[in-house]
Amino acid sequence: MNLHEYQAREILQRHGIPMPAAAVAASPEEARAIAARLGGGGKVVVKAQVHAGGRGKAGGVRLASGAAEAAAAATQILGMTIKGLPVHKVLVTPAAEIASESYVGIIVDRASQRPVLMVSPAGGIDIEQVAAQTPQQIYRLAIDPRFGLLPHQALGLGFKLYPGLGAARAAADIMQKLAVAVYAVGASLAEINPLVTTPDGAVVALDAKIVVDDNELERRPEIAALRDATAEAPSEVAARKAGLTFIKLEGTVGCCVNGAGLAMATMDLVKYYGGAPANFLDIGGSSNPQKVVDALEIITADPNVKAILFNIFGGITRCDDVANGIVQATSRFPLRVPLIVRLTGTNEREAVEILTKAGYSALTDMDEAVKQAVERAA
Amino acid sequence: MSIFINKETRLLIQGITGRDGSFHAKQMLSYGTKVVAGVTPGKGGQLFEGLVPVFNTVAEGVAEAAANTAVIYVPAAAAASAIFEAVDAGLGLVVCITEGIPVLDMTKVIPFVHERGARLIGPNCPGLISPSQSKVGIIPGNICTPGKIGVVSRSGTLTYEIIHQLSTQGFGQSTCVGIGGDPIIGTSFIHCLSAFEADAETEAVVMIGEIGGTDEQLAAEFVKGGMTKPVVGFIAGQTAPPGRRMGHAGAIISGSSGTAAEKMRALAAAGIGVMKRPADVVPLLKERL
Repeated sequence: MNLHEYQAREILQRHGIPMPAAAVAASPEEARAIAARLGGGGKVVVKAQVHAGGRGKAGGVRLASGAAEAAAAATQILGMTIKGLPVHKVLVTPAAEIASESYVGIIVDRASQRPVLMVSPAGGIDIEQVAAQTPQQIYRLAIDPRFGLLPHQALGLGFKLYPGLGAARAAADIMQKLAVAVYAVGASLAEINPLVTTPDGAVVALDAKIVVDDNELERRPEIAALRDATAEAPSEVAARKAGLTFIKLEGTVGCCVNGAGLAMATMDLVKYYGGAPANFLDIGGSSNPQKVVDALEIITADPNVKAILFNIFGGITRCDDVANGIVQATSRFPLRVPLIVRLTGTNEREAVEILTKAGYSALTDMDEAVKQAVERAA
Repeated sequence: MSIFINKETRLLIQGITGRDGSFHAKQMLSYGTKVVAGVTPGKGGQLFEGLVPVFNTVAEGVAEAAANTAVIYVPAAAAASAIFEAVDAGLGLVVCITEGIPVLDMTKVIPFVHERGARLIGPNCPGLISPSQSKVGIIPGNICTPGKIGVVSRSGTLTYEIIHQLSTQGFGQSTCVGIGGDPIIGTSFIHCLSAFEADAETEAVVMIGEIGGTDEQLAAEFVKGGMTKPVVGFIAGQTAPPGRRMGHAGAIISGSSGTAAEKMRALAAAGIGVMKRPADVVPLLKERL
């Protein structure tokens, strides 16, 4: 789960990481008041709070002189859509005077199977870009979770950012606090970009990004409560509530599959036969008929969908459960597009019987089913 | 033969009285797996299905029933602790089926597993099966047939699809291993490939990868450098958009890294037969055997 910048800031501040004052506004009037209160009539930055990268390039970050300009900037940004996501909030913060920009981030690294601290004196730009263009400017250290980030490790990296002891120590202190924050909130990524020095020598975090591991949310209700459902596609919110994993895509073949790997392979096969998948949808392992009803409701809500393809390999999932779900769903709301069902495995025979009785045909071969779905969607 | 599990496997089931644990315990028993113990704290002294003694702790199950392998079906909140317990009890092979373990918990589990010299398979995996010998996990036994093909996969139902293709076209399996769909897992493709290479019975290997991470690329390097048996591979997620988690916690393209195209190129460059779709598995194997 992605946190908004203002939420990530609160977490880092709570862990003692120095950041400039800021507040979040949902209207131009609020932005004006914050600018007047925090900006003292000087320059402020107004930043869109949206789960999309590249918001600066999209015009979602504006510099404003004084409260009136801040309100005007907020008017422009609020209601913008960045990469398909509407902006409902802006962060207003006094513009900082910057002497240097660097990068500090912690990511849970698959290869080393540990959290890895990455720092770079090349801050303020996308770290992926730094990794591609000047990889020698990135310093990495795998944190041993049994001991955490040790002081000498952090200081060593602090010196990679700043030659002077004072700034290096300040940066090291921030790194250690960031490492504690990662475990405290269950982050899979925590980033400060940029970490800046001000003309008077202070080291402060100007931006904050945190991605929380979805698997942490059950045991951290206070973090789960930070979810902003208005910042996500409505179909994906509905799917999550129904216990389904759904990702909307741009194609015309609606897909409903059990298991993530098979779901991806099904989408790939749709493309192989010249079609385009409208979505990724995993109905999960132990499907009850209600899940199938919910899945069909979500798929059919997409006006681009021209055909619906079920691909079920029954293991724990019983094919007859899925068949019953299909019959229940289609008796409640008739489908306006063709339905192609492929089922094989546990209780396959019962499933075919249920579907045939309801007037649907069921296939057992995956390729044949995908081919038909692509043809019917064309 | 087979890899990791065989007729000698003496299985202990953690969470044997739970909803999933009890269902799959019965499936494993009817498949012929030697299930020698179950563990559910507070239910020690019971007999599961009148057959399998239940213990309060893994250590008791190991001491009294001589278990040598554990499989874990406990809920995500308790699963990391269950892995620690199984490894601490001295078990050499621990298979964790549970999905949803926080990845930071796994950063603590892995060093402990390494220190004790144990092998962890999973988490978030379907387990493994050596057809007609032993089944540990949830792979449906009826789709498998004994034979000479090794299967290793990050997926569940996609693996069943491939096994189904193999079995129905006359290619039995030595062992099928689901290594799991999480970003941090105990056993990688390389571990399995190297075990299949050393297994006298296995003649060829099918590996099923997906987007996210670089495990498939590392496996390709391994195949190129040290494998004599033919390998064919599939990568799921050619149509997956970047930055989105495709169901599995580990199936995500980060920036421009971990794409299906990049992995398929790595496999091809290592001389691995690259399947464009699941139905290619048997034709490609026939070419190489």
